[in-house]
Amino acid sequence: MFTYRPLVQSLYLSTLQWNLGSPVARPIGLGNYVEWFTAPSTPRVLTTTLVFGVATVGGAMVLGLATALLLNRGLRGTALVRTVAFAPYVLSGFAVGVLWLFIFDPRYGAMNALLRGIGLDGPHWYNDRPWPLVMIIVVYLWKNLGYVALIYLAGLQAVPRDLTDAAALDGAGPVRTLRSIVLPLLTPTSFFLLLTLLMSSLQAFDVIQAMTQGGPLSSTTTLMYQVYVEGFVTQRAGYASAVATVLFVLLVAMTALQMRFLERKVHYS
Amino acid sequence: MTTTTLTAPPRPHPRPARERRRPPVLGYVGLAAVALLVGAPLVWLLLASLKTPAETYAVPLQWLPSTLTPDNYVAAGDTVPLGRMFLNSTLLTVLGAGLKVALGLACAYALVFLDIPLRRFFFYLVVGTLMIPSQITIIPNFTLVAELGWLDTYQGILVPGLASAFGTFLFRQHFLTLPTAILEAAHLDGAGHWRRLWLFVVPLSWPTIAAVTLVSVVAEWNDYLWPLLVVERAEMLTLPVGLTWLQNIEGLSNWGVLLAGAVLVTLPVLIVFLVLQRRLVQGLVAGAVTG
Repeated sequence: MFTYRPLVQSLYLSTLQWNLGSPVARPIGLGNYVEWFTAPSTPRVLTTTLVFGVATVGGAMVLGLATALLLNRGLRGTALVRTVAFAPYVLSGFAVGVLWLFIFDPRYGAMNALLRGIGLDGPHWYNDRPWPLVMIIVVYLWKNLGYVALIYLAGLQAVPRDLTDAAALDGAGPVRTLRSIVLPLLTPTSFFLLLTLLMSSLQAFDVIQAMTQGGPLSSTTTLMYQVYVEGFVTQRAGYASAVATVLFVLLVAMTALQMRFLERKVHYS
Repeated sequence: MTTTTLTAPPRPHPRPARERRRPPVLGYVGLAAVALLVGAPLVWLLLASLKTPAETYAVPLQWLPSTLTPDNYVAAGDTVPLGRMFLNSTLLTVLGAGLKVALGLACAYALVFLDIPLRRFFFYLVVGTLMIPSQITIIPNFTLVAELGWLDTYQGILVPGLASAFGTFLFRQHFLTLPTAILEAAHLDGAGHWRRLWLFVVPLSWPTIAAVTLVSVVAEWNDYLWPLLVVERAEMLTLPVGLTWLQNIEGLSNWGVLLAGAVLVTLPVLIVFLVLQRRLVQGLVAGAVTG
């Protein structure tokens, strides 16, 4: 009711020239799509979405795997570190955004104080490109790291111990073992993470809203944020629906591509 | 750190020599780094919310407050109705999570134990909703809620999010593992679906129910975009949206007050997480393990 009906209705709305709350709606066919595809802001929004997506998804997977490998060594204090690392994942994105906005505050924030401490001049994080986007990416990585690490940890614990031991006896170093044995066995986990992280990355909203509101000069406006701005700030609901549809098609296409090309490489035991 | 490792009791199974000879100093450095990088901002948040403005705006940075003062919290309470916001968030979280679990249970029960036509189709329909992103649904849902006159109401915030595919999916996976013989026996004894659900299925499903409940509680409490759109009056604010108002009113000029607000939004979930972390993590990771 609240998922499939709007999916269809959104397609219909995207063919209207219609402002939120206005009683007048004019059918304009594909006009909204034409406008979006030819808008000068579109390449920028797409690039931002792409950079944000690649950095948050890729970064979270690499850092998460590294953390998982660390946690899997069975050192003392692992349980505590695991708890700490996972904590940000359950917190409100908006509150987390506010916290980090303070940390990045150019004058009073901890980030630039630390940078000054090692003799560096921190940039003006809120204003100078590309730092606003970098700032948001850092926060999403911080927030999702524990989740990715935990999922990888579950995957790592399913890797049979004798396989890695045998490799070690054969003289394989840790890097070689990781590349030849562990990573291939982790492909189903990686595949799952890739899909879920991509979904959440394309829908990222609350941290952006808290930190930059898509600015300055739209430099942190992703497709999702554009849907919100067009729909509820400038109130062009028809146009926003068209952008939402583009995003949806993109998402489905990427999911399908991944299913097709990655599924073949996945080792299911 | 090195000494503690060296005096650690030997492991029951000897590990390969290469690993045993080198104490895992790097490993401990790594663990400490992760704990510090992730944990420090949270500690920093709590400390900063208890500082005086003079300490907050000290250059160079003053890391620790000299005394802990609740002034920021008082100021936040003067700007937005904190008590009411807390009440709204709690009410919506309890109701939302409760209804989600109840609906998920009922829906999964129907999918597994009822002989309905097109059962597989309905299952795919439910799982399919997991793939539909929120941005495609917000505008139509918003217009619907507005037409119903539900803007600024609890049902307006609550109802559109109720159909929880996640819960239904997990419950279904769990139900499939239940022994069907018990349910058939109950059926022969004349127990209806309702009794079978409550007397047999639910008591056998507590771990899954707990996990889904916790995940729903966290999701409802943190829900942001939807309540932001639907709420216009101060007395309907939930905590995350209230924090937005606080930010708009106080701007970036009053960090202490804003951070106090952020603490109030994050602390309840953080406590729930720390107390019940095993169940919660189980729930959040469950999708990965079953998939």
